[in-house]
Amino acid sequence: MNGYSFLSVVRQALNGHKGWPVVWRSPEPKKNYDVVIVGAGGHGLATAYYLAKNHFIKNIAVLEKGWLGGGNTGRNTQITRSNYFWPQSAAFFDHSLKLYEHLGQELNFNVMLSQRGMLTLAHSLHELEGMRRWANAIKINDIDAEVLTPIEVKKLVPLIDLNCRFPIRGGFIQHRGGISRHDAVAWGYARAASAYGVDIIQQCEVTAFNISSGRVTGVHTTRGTIGADKISIAVAGHTSELARMADFRVPVTSMALQAMVSEPIKPCLNTVVMSPIIHMYASQSDRGELVFGGGADLYNSYAQRGGIPLLQENIAALLELFPAFSRLRLMRQWAGIVDITPDTSPLMGLTPVQNLYISGGWGTGGYKAIPAGGETMAYTIANDQPHPLIEDFGLERFESGALIDEGAASGVAH
Amino acid sequence: MAPTQKNRLTSGGRIDRSKPLSFKFNNRKLQGYQGDTIASALLANDISTVNRSFKYHRRRGIMSAGVEETNALLTVSDGKGDVPVVRTTVRALVDDHQIKSPSGFPSVNFDLGRVLDFTHRLWTAGFYNKVFKWPNWHWYEGMVRRMAGLGNLPGGEDGNRYFHHNLHCDLLIVGAGPAGLAAALSSVTSGARVLLVEQDHELGGSLLANRALINAVDSDLWISRTRSALEEAVNVTVMTSSTVSGYYDHNVLTIIDRSTVGVKRFWKVRAKEVLLATGAIEQPLVFENNDRPGIMLAHAAMEYVNRYAVKPADVMVVVTNNDSAYQVAFTLYDNGVRVPAIVDARKNIANEIVQQANQRGIPIMSNSVILNTFGTSVLSSVRVGTLSDDGKSTVNPTDEIACQGLAISGGFNPSSDLYSQAGGNLQYAAELACFVPMQCRQRVTVAGAAQGKFSLAEALTEGACAGSEAANKAGFTCAPIDVTTSTTSSYNLKAVRITPAGDSSRKWVDFMADVTVADIELAVRENFVSVQHLKRYTTTGMSADQGKTSNLNALTLLAELTQKPIGEVGTTTFRPQFMPVPMGAIAGQRHGDFYTPARLLPAHDWHVRHGAVFENYGAWKRPEYYATNGRDRETAIREEVLALRRSAGLFDGSPLGKIELTGPDAGEFLNRIYVNNVLTLKPGRIRYGLMLSENGIIIDDGVFARLADDHYLVSTTSANADRIIAWLEEWHQCEWPDLEVIISTVTSQWGVTTIAGPNARVLLQGIESDIDFSAQALPHMSVATGTLLGVPARVQRVSYTGEMSFEINVPAIQSQRVIEALMNLGGNRIAPIGVEASLLLRTEKGYLHVGADTDGMTNALDVGFAGIVAKKQSDFVGRRSLLRADDQRKDRRQFVGVEPLNDNENLQSGAHFVTPQDEGRRSQGIVTSACFSPTLKRIIGLGLLERGFERKGETVTVFDDGRTFDVRITEPVFYDPSGEKMNA
Ligand SMILES: Cc1cc2nc3c(=O)[nH]c(=O)nc-3n(C[C@H](O)[C@H](O)[C@H](O)COP(=O)(O)OP(=O)(O)OC[C@H]3O[C@@H](n4cnc5c(N)ncnc54)[C@H](O)[C@@H]3O)c2cc1C
Repeated sequence: MNGYSFLSVVRQALNGHKGWPVVWRSPEPKKNYDVVIVGAGGHGLATAYYLAKNHFIKNIAVLEKGWLGGGNTGRNTQITRSNYFWPQSAAFFDHSLKLYEHLGQELNFNVMLSQRGMLTLAHSLHELEGMRRWANAIKINDIDAEVLTPIEVKKLVPLIDLNCRFPIRGGFIQHRGGISRHDAVAWGYARAASAYGVDIIQQCEVTAFNISSGRVTGVHTTRGTIGADKISIAVAGHTSELARMADFRVPVTSMALQAMVSEPIKPCLNTVVMSPIIHMYASQSDRGELVFGGGADLYNSYAQRGGIPLLQENIAALLELFPAFSRLRLMRQWAGIVDITPDTSPLMGLTPVQNLYISGGWGTGGYKAIPAGGETMAYTIANDQPHPLIEDFGLERFESGALIDEGAASGVAH
Repeated sequence: MAPTQKNRLTSGGRIDRSKPLSFKFNNRKLQGYQGDTIASALLANDISTVNRSFKYHRRRGIMSAGVEETNALLTVSDGKGDVPVVRTTVRALVDDHQIKSPSGFPSVNFDLGRVLDFTHRLWTAGFYNKVFKWPNWHWYEGMVRRMAGLGNLPGGEDGNRYFHHNLHCDLLIVGAGPAGLAAALSSVTSGARVLLVEQDHELGGSLLANRALINAVDSDLWISRTRSALEEAVNVTVMTSSTVSGYYDHNVLTIIDRSTVGVKRFWKVRAKEVLLATGAIEQPLVFENNDRPGIMLAHAAMEYVNRYAVKPADVMVVVTNNDSAYQVAFTLYDNGVRVPAIVDARKNIANEIVQQANQRGIPIMSNSVILNTFGTSVLSSVRVGTLSDDGKSTVNPTDEIACQGLAISGGFNPSSDLYSQAGGNLQYAAELACFVPMQCRQRVTVAGAAQGKFSLAEALTEGACAGSEAANKAGFTCAPIDVTTSTTSSYNLKAVRITPAGDSSRKWVDFMADVTVADIELAVRENFVSVQHLKRYTTTGMSADQGKTSNLNALTLLAELTQKPIGEVGTTTFRPQFMPVPMGAIAGQRHGDFYTPARLLPAHDWHVRHGAVFENYGAWKRPEYYATNGRDRETAIREEVLALRRSAGLFDGSPLGKIELTGPDAGEFLNRIYVNNVLTLKPGRIRYGLMLSENGIIIDDGVFARLADDHYLVSTTSANADRIIAWLEEWHQCEWPDLEVIISTVTSQWGVTTIAGPNARVLLQGIESDIDFSAQALPHMSVATGTLLGVPARVQRVSYTGEMSFEINVPAIQSQRVIEALMNLGGNRIAPIGVEASLLLRTEKGYLHVGADTDGMTNALDVGFAGIVAKKQSDFVGRRSLLRADDQRKDRRQFVGVEPLNDNENLQSGAHFVTPQDEGRRSQGIVTSACFSPTLKRIIGLGLLERGFERKGETVTVFDDGRTFDVRITEPVFYDPSGEKMNA
């Protein structure tokens, strides 16, 4: 892999950038692979990368029906945090954040992680108590959290209206939280995986599985049949579809989650702000756009496009907290299909079909989990046994009842 | 003396020379006229550099005369504060406008940022991905962020008013150019409800820039006749200064309507049929230094002359790949602009056109393209070259041709944003070298230039046909009107837009995002060959214009570089909004008090008069406490608690959720919903119960009363009132539609006044009522109906405080009367109680507060309901889940009481029970409620603790914000454990 550095950029600049190699190869699919991963989103690509890097499996294909990174990985609002309530979640997501903290260097590809702080607002004293509960949980898990007074909130976010319809009584912040660049995460993993010899095959939709005596042996795709010893599903909003193809069921509902951006302006919001009561979250990208969103649409859908009700709701919420944005213009809105489980925690590990693995249920918050999700799924696939960090996130929990309900503990989850 | 408008023509145009307007550009005083846009006024004053480019800080001038503008997005102040990113090409000039270039330091004409241009070779696509990784990105980010952004946040107060409107129509016609007008005229007689929407403040579209003869009259006359005809028709509504910004599912479109000064209206329109007559956008040509001020889209140059009486420059070269730009050249020439050459990429040019050029003495350079442009601050000359035989290179470069302006025409591309938003697919039309609408799942048709019919004659006739057809499809009858023009126009485009020579890092594809051919070449070299990857990697089309003038050229380049037919490389999807929309307009009046309209208690005024301090509880405004005699919050809560415990308190519980269930199966229905047995409840009696989710998790608690055999009254917590009614309806409608039960919410029909305390009964007995309040007639957990103060009343004996308690329900409108009567009667023996005191009282009593003492993992067993579950024979929602292994675990977090060992420790809600440090600190649960009990004079709390039930009396460590201290685990009930007082 050709190193990226300031020096190499200068050197290339002198010859008109003619010497840069492809960032990833686009090979024809082979007949057989050791491992096939369905879905070239962040999770699929990261899994391939860690399989190659940590487990020395090189004969891997990632199959993507569209273009890599074009699913939720390329549509999300890029919030990266680990302020989770339950210890299992905290351990997993903080591991992910730690991987993020060095990802740019590890992949030799700048993913632009910006730890500008993730502030959650409380609009009543009871909510503040809830936040204290949450912040203490985080601290016990050895993750940073700080409860803030309204004045401290205002100092951090000068444009905020403390006296909005539901006046702000305080908040709490994870300083290590922030945003990063979603495309760069997908591309960085794709580049690194491709360099290890992983075949990323785009425009290749999986339409069926070959399963014989309870064991998966390959896939049918729009580019022919491909054999595989092991297969892993990482298709976010289409998780239930793929499970159906393999004849098992997952407790996942798919809904559109919208996001929107304003026209780019000079820096005015330096923290990621989230309010569970005024249902919205917002940040300002490095390009200057305000990036924001709220809850998922209220009905199930596979249509990846935005609608009006949530648009109005999200913008009303944004302006309620930031009246100064009212003359700023909305530039674009879009949506991704998110796969939501009953307890809003991910679904990772083995499936009822032998040698078939799953990584899904990422819902509205799986972007931040990409590094850890990839690493632990790689382990799980290589060892045919869940990685210790994800033992509790298996499909079995819906039978045993050992749910990990973050939604209930933390309100919104992104 | 008024400043001169150097470039203003002495006659013509649609401006009003009798109404001069003065304005300032970068603090320079200038003048324009009513009818000008800001851009036309700037051009009239010979302002060429209006802005600096986004990335390289290059000088940029006005590029277009429409919504596709990429450069003249300036900061405009109208006295109320600066607004950034204003598209000055479509914004009407107003007296006293202050216009500023957002970028350029220290000024737009002398910008230190130019250093980025001198070093441009470094800052290619993907640059950021390759560098700035050490020590970390955050280190560099501040600098990058400061350079980004197209202007500052709007300053000052937002003086606009915003409204929302909804409309249904049979036919929505978008765009009032020749096609849209002909369509509207055709549909008039059909009787269909037609809505015609135009973003300009005038009807006419391209006719405003280029007049023609229509039905043998001048187009100005035809437009005004058409306007009158449409305005007279009762079934037609015409909206101008209104932009259709979004096209959503089910033919719902949004419009931002700017037709009233100071008001922005956001319309949602549901149309049976939509006709898009949105026209086309001229595409730029790509050659070295094609971004210099003075270079402008050809038809924009014509529009400035014809519509605004402004010549863009004294000397202008015209460069084209099609016939349409000749009209531009002739218009320029006829209005006194010297045209030293028309540069045409085509070899063969129609004789007729050549003759017209000859008559004017304009030389045509055929088979030629622009090689490069020159100039220090603005354009001063261009160099032309001849295309080689294979078209892949250029030969015979000319000397520099002096000019101050260059009108470029790469032909047109239909404005397909809305069609694409609607889910429509585009296909590449090779002969037009552009993308035209192909098919769409929604009920939409496209006509005129938007469909690739670029001649006026076609736009008119096809517009007329499309209008009547669309009306027919909507179920109305009409025929296309006759509309013809004697103006002929030809197109004959040759698909050459990119000069095959020159430094590709100086050939701009996207002016707004500052993307060059070199960026696209690099992206392709690095395998970003999917359109989406190309777009994201280079940022082409990602700026505020969504690539209206850049997508097509980028796709052309991509096709060339990947050696694929352009139709195969694909297109990107346009997203709403077509034009960025002020967010205030989208939110409308949902702001402040209207964001979530406050729900007020029926006796709100009474509480106000009695010193209530209100707090938000969901949408409700409720007394948090009563600041009687100016006492503070803490004192108030303590005194309220004590007043109730010692004598009596009055609590307004009106927000309590109240749901009535009637019908023969009402009992059966509730029996399936509640954990508790409902069927054994006798009429007149009340029971406390839990509702669970399918997962066995507690979603609500409260009492239910049996008013009659087939009549139940369910009380929910105030916070869950809306959720529970939806929950019950869902179970009834989706799962058990066979059960005969009617569920109705009566929360706001009944006002609830609770009076509790040892003197509650005595007080009540003094009030006019036919209800017997004695302990025998109305024991704890029973209900009586009758009248009170002459109005219907239901009185429930339920207690949230642990005292003897009567919950009086009367029609909401009578609530205040009841409160007044009770308070008058009670005098100083009764005190009003706020929500916080009420919560404290129940903490003392150890009652569950769902949502505070329970979380999304708390099941019925965790709060001591195992016995009730075991006893109940029949199924209920969540029962299955309680049987799962995990729900039966012994080490679950269970509901307990807690008190600090040391009285000085400030136990607070939100603290965690933790394992000892040496065992590795781990949370074992949480303190869910805590307070200083005025009754017991010590700190008490409630919590959820692992194996809590078996740990009563144990000492456990608590962690709070870094501190730890010890607490004792107790029974949750601290006050009157035997229930003597409550049952009194
Ligand atoms: C609007 C929005 C905002 C969000 N905000 C955040 C946030 O701020 N922070 C956060 O952490 N998370 C956020 N998320 C969630 C996050 O984006 C996702 O959880 C995460 O990207 C999931 O990654 P993935 O790789 O599993 O899925 P994806 O990136 O969706 O990748 C799945 C891939 O599978 C492909 N595929 C599907 N079916 C097939 C098939 N049959 N054959 C082959 N390929 C197939 C798809 O084309 C897709 O490329 C947000 C999501 C959305 C939609």
